[in-house]
Amino acid sequence: MSYSKRADGRKFDEMRKIEAKAGVIPNADGSAFFKIGNTGAYAAVYGPRNLYPRFLQNPKKGILRCHYNMMPFSGKGNRVRPGGSRRSKEISLVTGKALLPVLNLDEYPNSVVDVFIELPETEAGSRCAGICAASMALADAGLLMKDLVSAVSVGRVDDRLVIDLDAVEESYEEGPVADIPIAMMTNSDKITLLQMDGLVKKEQLMEVLEMAKKACKEVYDIQKQALKDKYKVEKQVAGEKNE
Amino acid sequence: MNENLRSHIIELFKSDLRIDGRKLTQYRPITVETGVIKMAEGSARVKIGETEVIVGVKVELGKPYPDMPDAGTIMVGAELLPLSSPNFELGPPSIEAIELARVVDRGIRESKTLDFKKLCIKKGEQVWILLIDICTINDAGNLPDASSLAALAALRDMRFPKVNGDTVNYQEKTNKKLDLKNSPIAVTVVKIGDKLIVDPSTEEKEALDARLTVASLEDGTLCAMQKGGDTALTAEDISKMVDLGLEKGKELRKLL
Repeated sequence: MSYSKRADGRKFDEMRKIEAKAGVIPNADGSAFFKIGNTGAYAAVYGPRNLYPRFLQNPKKGILRCHYNMMPFSGKGNRVRPGGSRRSKEISLVTGKALLPVLNLDEYPNSVVDVFIELPETEAGSRCAGICAASMALADAGLLMKDLVSAVSVGRVDDRLVIDLDAVEESYEEGPVADIPIAMMTNSDKITLLQMDGLVKKEQLMEVLEMAKKACKEVYDIQKQALKDKYKVEKQVAGEKNE
Repeated sequence: MNENLRSHIIELFKSDLRIDGRKLTQYRPITVETGVIKMAEGSARVKIGETEVIVGVKVELGKPYPDMPDAGTIMVGAELLPLSSPNFELGPPSIEAIELARVVDRGIRESKTLDFKKLCIKKGEQVWILLIDICTINDAGNLPDASSLAALAALRDMRFPKVNGDTVNYQEKTNKKLDLKNSPIAVTVVKIGDKLIVDPSTEEKEALDARLTVASLEDGTLCAMQKGGDTALTAEDISKMVDLGLEKGKELRKLL
């Protein structure tokens, strides 16, 4: 058997529909919402702010803390119990590692930048959606950044390489499947997150990286536009007030 | 609390004004959206000004309590997410989160809007459990009113999923809705100095002397209350607060 047609009718290199918006949480220093298909992620950035307890402080530079959490009603099955799981802790860790290379926190000794990622709806690709939202929130917070981080999952379903696996493809049973979430610094073509579960050959992996590069560029354009749109709207509001 | 800000708030009250320009008994603009979470059996997003909460309802099959063998039940949880305010921290639910969840829970439970016996599938063995979770997106004051309005809207939006024997098929929803008899609406009335206001902003919440959350039904019956704040209230205060709660409750009910 070969995987000749995707369950939801997308092309093999086509992502699900993406929506992105910056500045969605007024209390936060920076925030964003990123949605791909039925997976949505809010991200809020607080900081740089004081870090306590003091033994956590680094006198040379600021530190980045990421926290990934699924809302209790966000899963397709039973309620997700609040309080974090081993899975969410690991994702928090790799999300931090995916974002750190674009930041320069040297100017904020003893401080912390907190990134909170909350998922109201999840249906495959939630860590990538979280990273995309977080990267936008960091930019919205006005932090010095070398690049935006864009992320997408690429995978293998049977004999095909596909972009942005959905829930049906993740649990495809008629052949081997590999899920490879990738985050990239789009302008410098560098990879900041790479995980993989499943079975692939090295040649396929290298092809996957090429596909990810192209998809991340598309995500990047959407993220950038959303960040710009925030200011477009604010300008209009300011204009109305002046009249 | 900054004493100068507090005295400024009280000073402005004399001319029936608040720091954001509202009248004393005026809510900020409210929006209610339902069906916002595809994965939940029922959901709603409520915004009151810049305050935003999402409530989702998941249903599970479970065993009834031994003392109520023919009744299902509800559980309300509240997460004051650190994403929604610099004052909220990670970790187990804070005392504020627990109070919020319990106030919302009582409003729904004690109104008898839900007949728990109708949640029973097989006496003594299998009942529906409704898991109602409140998640804050942005806290700009008045979480209790936003949360209870969203909880009620989410329950109205709820559709039961299909059941195959002992397991729930979450992928397929039926058309079966909950039978809600009435609509309990919570209104929090706040006393600052000698004035009463509704829908406190973040600054007003910090400045409050006392608060009273009043949940009421269409016919004016009260179904749950909670007093908060550090100062005591007189019976006269409470009478005025309840009147205001009932009046504003009618306005909020129209939004559903």
